[in-house]
Amino acid sequence: MIRSVRQRAGALLGALALAFFGLPAHALDAAAVGRLAFGDGDERIEAIGALVAAGEPRVRELLQALADGELQTAGERVLIVRGEAGFDAVSGERIAPLPAERDEVVANNRLRSAVGAALASLKLLAPERATRLEAARALSGAVDAATAPLLRRALEREADAEIRSLLAMTVASLDLASSDRATRLAAIRALGDSSSASVKPLLAAAAKDPDPEIGSAAKLSLVAVEGRLKWGEIGGLLFTGVSLGSILLLAALGLAITYGLMGVINMAHGELIMIGAYTAYVVQNAFRQLGLFEWYLLAAVPAAFAVAALVGMLLERAVIRWLYGRPLETLLATWGISLVLIQGVRTLFGAQNVLVENPAWMSGGIAALSNLVLPWNRIAIIVFAALVLAAIGLLLARTRLGLYVRGVTQNREMASCVGVPTARVDTLAFGLGAGIAGLAGCALSQLGNVGPDLGQGYIVDSFMVVVFGGVGQLAGTVYAALVLGFGNKFLEASSGAVIAKIVVLVFIIVFIQHRPQGLFALKGRAA
Amino acid sequence: MKPLYGPAGWSALGAFALVLFVVFPLLSLAVPAENPFHLSQYWVTLIGKIMCYAVVAIAMDLVWGYTGILSLGHGLFFALGGYGLGMYLMRQIGREGQYQSDLPDFMVFLDWKELPWQWWNTDQFWWAMLLAVLVPGLLALVFGYFAFRSRVKGVYFSIITQALTFAAMLLFFRNNTGFGGNNGFTDFKRILGYGITAHETRMALFAATGAVLIGTLLAARWIVTSKLGRVLTAIRDAETRVAFCGYNTLHYKLFVFTLSAVLCGIAGALYVPQVGIINPGEMSPANSIEIAIWVAVGGRGTLVGAIAGAGLVNFAKSLFTVWFPEYWLYFLGLLFILVTLFLPQGFAGLLRHTRAGNR
Repeated sequence: MIRSVRQRAGALLGALALAFFGLPAHALDAAAVGRLAFGDGDERIEAIGALVAAGEPRVRELLQALADGELQTAGERVLIVRGEAGFDAVSGERIAPLPAERDEVVANNRLRSAVGAALASLKLLAPERATRLEAARALSGAVDAATAPLLRRALEREADAEIRSLLAMTVASLDLASSDRATRLAAIRALGDSSSASVKPLLAAAAKDPDPEIGSAAKLSLVAVEGRLKWGEIGGLLFTGVSLGSILLLAALGLAITYGLMGVINMAHGELIMIGAYTAYVVQNAFRQLGLFEWYLLAAVPAAFAVAALVGMLLERAVIRWLYGRPLETLLATWGISLVLIQGVRTLFGAQNVLVENPAWMSGGIAALSNLVLPWNRIAIIVFAALVLAAIGLLLARTRLGLYVRGVTQNREMASCVGVPTARVDTLAFGLGAGIAGLAGCALSQLGNVGPDLGQGYIVDSFMVVVFGGVGQLAGTVYAALVLGFGNKFLEASSGAVIAKIVVLVFIIVFIQHRPQGLFALKGRAA
Repeated sequence: MKPLYGPAGWSALGAFALVLFVVFPLLSLAVPAENPFHLSQYWVTLIGKIMCYAVVAIAMDLVWGYTGILSLGHGLFFALGGYGLGMYLMRQIGREGQYQSDLPDFMVFLDWKELPWQWWNTDQFWWAMLLAVLVPGLLALVFGYFAFRSRVKGVYFSIITQALTFAAMLLFFRNNTGFGGNNGFTDFKRILGYGITAHETRMALFAATGAVLIGTLLAARWIVTSKLGRVLTAIRDAETRVAFCGYNTLHYKLFVFTLSAVLCGIAGALYVPQVGIINPGEMSPANSIEIAIWVAVGGRGTLVGAIAGAGLVNFAKSLFTVWFPEYWLYFLGLLFILVTLFLPQGFAGLLRHTRAGNR
């Protein structure tokens, strides 16, 4: 006991002596640097906080070096090594020659994110407004308590109102964890004015506080924030659900027709979508050459339909026709076709994604609520899907081809007996299905990247829609697409994208067990 | 009972075993490296890998060629077997990883403090092997029970097995699932205490794979020539009629599907130490479909055909990826199309046909 006191006193004396004498002007806290390099998980995080709070300009360099993997240790020393040059991390002096025995300081995920937050918080002191605003935004999500002192200092200095309010919210969410009761209450009231979704879990946690005053204040603030956010959230969820549903509908509609008609699964369906998207890309480039870029979609839509339909009819005539009555083989053969198409596009256009730009009227969106923006390109695709659906519905219900298609779908032999040219109907219907896939591709090109693998991502999804909806009726496909679109988005909101997708797939697998014919099976003898 | 093979068949099998267990080890271990007859590690690994695929092809042939169930999810069972043994191999790295921790590197990177429950007892080889066999088997049993009970068949069955492996792939891509996310497992150091890259270890794994392949072939041959095999073939050709004759087709289909999954699991467990990596990419639907084409190329409904198909396609694949990688997909795609269009019985069928024509 006595010894340890003596030791501590000795250490204190040593530190004082250091403070009076030898410290160079811009040296960092050597103990903190040491803990950062040699300590375990929690010590290292603390060390970052201590270094940032001290506010030396060279901290930034040190942390950047850690993030870039340039921080190394040699014995007790901590070095920043860039190529052949080495600098002492504490004093900043150049070290030559470099010690031969060095170990890299390895950062795990947690440390990396702490370093990232610390670097962002250092940017708050930058002279440029844009840099500060960006840093304040980056920090508004989640921060470590370690950066709190720096945030406060930045808030005191800050003159800009927008940055001030962002910082005030961040500081308030940090104050929520303070041990002082009055500070916490003030923080809770301040957070009540926020309209950011990230404060909700903080307030919800505070609402469970054993202190009744804090609990009730937090509940009030929570209600205020939730009220501000609720409509936007619900609207956003509905909108993304409809949007995803319309994309799934476009992708699956063609497949539903060909599967219903011929009972074959066309594994190359995704690649027909991809062909549609590439057609849009080619048309876009041609129209840009002509200086008519704003109008290219007018030509791209029919072109995508025509090209994909042609490819589809060719496939039907060349391959699928010869495999009737062997659905499993058809599946394998169309998979082979899809491989050839993917590689063909890679050879023609390169393996890189190509850029299809939205025309000017499609960029931007309507700001419906404070936290809800409806992008124009998504709205356009919903409308487009509705138009395509209406057109197909009319085609199937009102035209002779539609009558034939329905007849062959219901009973191939009987249709053939009464004089329907089933072989030609097959070709035309396959072309129609492929053409719709082309339209889907044209629509998808407005949303994201266009690459050779574009279709692959949609195969499983569009099969699920077809399987879920049942074949032979458009209504089944429409309902299935919307249900899966909504289901996916709602689950995504509560449990994340991957889990949502898995849950939907498992749901469909279970669903098929109970209704192998899908939601809307044709009833009676026809089925 | 009828013998499994005639005298010609047995002697061919004996010659195959002789090459695997005597000639190859001699060429690889006893012949010095500068001798042109020396079998380099590249070839040992490649042939070992292809033999793993051949086991999978036999498993696929049992369900598809003999019973008529096209599963597009067999890659999942293979990968699960691989992950089972992969966990053991990760534990065997010990403190030699980048972070010098008892935990596998990816867990240190995610700042995990202890092993998640899935990893319980995985430092024991026998437990990992048990996992590699039981997990695919149980999954196939449960999934198959529900699917076959509600008479999901044909294309529908293919599609939901594809959805199953797709869902599993997404699950394994997540870091939180606890299997290394999209990097999977790699950088193995040793197996059962022996260095995993050592020439002798490689040869032992090679021989084990060969033994499993021969064992699988004999077991499958025994099944398809027995009465059980007759019922399976009858289910393929006319399931309703078999059911009307008083057989419960559910039991037969379930048996063969589960057995096939177990075989895939074993093959996966042998594959991972030889190739040195397992990641969720193995579960992608494309891999499972490729298994079907091996069987289709060789000839459905013939076991030797399945092995030959797996060998031919994968040998072609390694040639293509070395010499002209950009044409591999064209070749594979055309193979799919041409074989289904013109060779419905595969090369085995073609051979039989020419032989019958000569007579």
